[in-house]
Formats: sequence, C-alpha cells, structure tokens
Amino acid sequence: MQVELVSPEAVLFSGECSQVVTRTVDGDIAFLDHHAAFIGALDIGQTQLWASDGIVTLALNRGFVEVSNNVVTILSDAAYAADEIDVAAAQADLEAARAAVAADDDDDDAKAALAWAETRIAVASAD
Amino acid sequence: MASGQERILRRRIRSIDATKKITRAMELIAASRIVRAQARVRAARPYSDKVTAVIANLASAGGEADHPLLREPAEVSKVAYVAIAADRGLCGGYNNNVLRATERAIAADAAEGRDYELVLSGRKALGYFRFRNYRIAAGFEGFSDQPSYADAQQVAAAATELFENGCQRVMLAYTQFHSMGNQSVAIVPFMPLDSGEFDEADGAEDSGGGPEGGYEFEPEPAVILERLLPRYAEARLYSALLEASASEHAARQRAMKAATDNAEELKTNLTRVMNRARQDAITTEIMEIVGGAEALAQTGGEVDLLSDTIEARTADLFRARE
Repeated sequence: MQVELVSPEAVLFSGECSQVVTRTVDGDIAFLDHHAAFIGALDIGQTQLWASDGIVTLALNRGFVEVSNNVVTILSDAAYAADEIDVAAAQADLEAARAAVAADDDDDDAKAALAWAETRIAVASAD
Repeated sequence: MASGQERILRRRIRSIDATKKITRAMELIAASRIVRAQARVRAARPYSDKVTAVIANLASAGGEADHPLLREPAEVSKVAYVAIAADRGLCGGYNNNVLRATERAIAADAAEGRDYELVLSGRKALGYFRFRNYRIAAGFEGFSDQPSYADAQQVAAAATELFENGCQRVMLAYTQFHSMGNQSVAIVPFMPLDSGEFDEADGAEDSGGGPEGGYEFEPEPAVILERLLPRYAEARLYSALLEASASEHAARQRAMKAATDNAEELKTNLTRVMNRARQDAITTEIMEIVGGAEALAQTGGEVDLLSDTIEARTADLFRARE
C-alpha cells in the first residue's frame, strides 16, 4: 500500500509499505494492505513503517491517520526519525517535564511533554 | 584642477553607483527568495489539502458536531483582524497596501458599530498601528521572511483566543500571491471556519468515489473533529503567512529593480552634466590663455615663446582630465 507522511511544511515520506503500526488515542493499531477505510486521531508515540528498504521508526507528536483506497496518510505536526532527534535536547525536556509533573500532578501539558520526550529518547536509542 | 562643480558631481555619481550596487544585490536576493517561498507554498499544500479532505469525510460521516469553530454567529459586535505584513521596508507599497486595507475595514466596521481587535504579524504592521494608537491584542515579528509552522501556530493561538473571548468573527488580511507579477491584498473571513469549504473538498477529493462502506473512526468522529479543526485553522494561517512572504519578496524585487533602474538613469544624466561642466571649464581656460596671448601680441610681446607655453599648458589641461 502507498504510505504518505505529511507535515505542514513538507511531505516527509512517500512510498510503498507492507505494514504500518501507529498509536491512536485509543491504542496501537496496525494497517496491512487493503485495510478498511479508517480515520483516527494519533497520540504521542512511535510509528513504524515497513518500507521496501527496511523498517522506519518515527517519533510522532500527535496527528491524524486516514486510510482509504489502500493509501495510508499520516498527518503530523512533528514527526522525527531516529537520526533527526536531538537526544540531548530530549533528555533536557525529559528532566524539565518530570519536574513539572512532580510539582503538579494534574498538568496535562507537562504530561504530554514527558510522553513526547520519552518517545523521542526511545526512538533514538532503538536505532 | 577639477572645478568645484565637477568634483561634487563626480562624488554624487560615485555614491549613486554604490547605492545601485546595493539595490541590485537586494533585487537578486529577493528574486531567489521568491522561488524558495513559492516552493514552500507548494510544499505546504498536501497537508492542508489532506486536513480539509479528512474534515470533509468526518463531516459527511455525521461528525459535524456543534463545534464553536463552525458556528455562524447570530450577531457580530466585535471583529478581530489578523494583519500580515513584513518585518522590513524597502518593498514598495507592500506593507502600506495591506495595512491601509485593514485600517479601512476597521473603520467600516466602526461605522456599523462593531468594535475591533488586532493581531499583527510583522514589525511594520506593529509600527503602523502603534503609531496610530490602535489597540493591539497581540503582535508577532521576526519571521516574515521565512515563516515556519510554529510561527503560524502562535498567531493562530492568539486569533483563537480572541475568537473564544468576545470576538464573533476573525478576519485575515494578507497579500495573496497569484503569480510573480500579480499579488493582491485580500481580507478574508478566517473564523468561524467556512463549512462550505469542506463540502467542496469532498467533491474534489478522490474522484474515484469515497471509500466503500464508509469510514471506521477511532475515537468518535466528533472527538477527532475537535482536534482537527484547530489544525485546519493553523494550516490556513500558515499558508497565508507563506503567500504573504512570497508576495513580500516579489514586492521587494520590483521595488529594488525600480531603484536600480532609477540609479542607472540618474547616473547617465549626471555623467552628462558633469562632462558638460568639464568641457565648459576647459573652454574657459583655453579662452583665457588665448586671450592673454592675443593681448601680449598686440603689445608686441614675444608670441613665439608664448605659443609654446600655450601648447604645453593646454596639453597639461587635457592630461589632467584623463
């Protein structure tokens, strides 16, 4: 199936994939060829694309996925591959977010920042 | 031995030449930036097209919740304007056109008893409205050359906040980029979002017909829509910022081309004036020498000796001008 990963500023990936795994707000979901039409809101998490030249793992900071007519379109404000992630910056964000969550348990922004930092570090170190 | 006037003219020509070099460089820079800005406009299109298409699909699946961003106001008492201009000048009427149009729209609203709020992008926009003592709700600067999506998110957030707090309508004032030689100021409704746009996109998208059997949604369509509509607003604002930036570069290129042409013309004219002044000075000097020789000859002086001096001096004269 055709997969398009689109950010507001550019098309980040476009090509054939055999499988896509991503995480909606309700949980992980995988798409194979000819998946039924689907629209979902994505959570902060990892997305994996089984491209012809290997598996691409990306850190996604929310977004949307649409599947129709054997085309998977992923829309995201922020999607980074392992080699695009600044681990030091993610590490710093992680510390700051941990402190913020510790200070205020109900701070949703801080929790999101924490999840985003963890995702980036996980993607960067998995490579 | 250059005369005073000639020296002044020469200095002016040199200064014009220096200015011309600068304006020419700015023209070339602007020209290359237009191309880049156009590429960015194109690169941003897939995202906004897709977001629009997904919203259309959601809407047709019954997800068209009573979202505040889609609700047409019954009565408008306050309008927010998002005006997009440049950070720098030297781009002809670019800034003034869009800012004046915004000011006129505010005045027209005031005549109908509507209040205004202002969200400004670009240093020149801030200067313009600050000088005229307008109330400015939010101002952004520093990115008119190359706006990023993060910049658009900031501006959109400011506009959304006004929309949620007292403004029933948000208008977007910017310069649309149609082509290299054609840009126009437009003031378009921004919020509430035009739901008609999604119906159109539905027809245009996938002419092969929608997906068989409709979509599955995760989570509820209404929840997705709620997350998606702000993205749509941001994407629209982003594309406006990009178009404005392309227009800015086009306007600057035109302005700088005009400046370069003017400098060239000025230089030609001044060189002509300078040459005439130079010739006048030479003629006068020769006349003086010849007059002196004549006077000497009449009193019976030694003209032969003198004619050598005249020759030498005239030669000097010409050499000095080389």
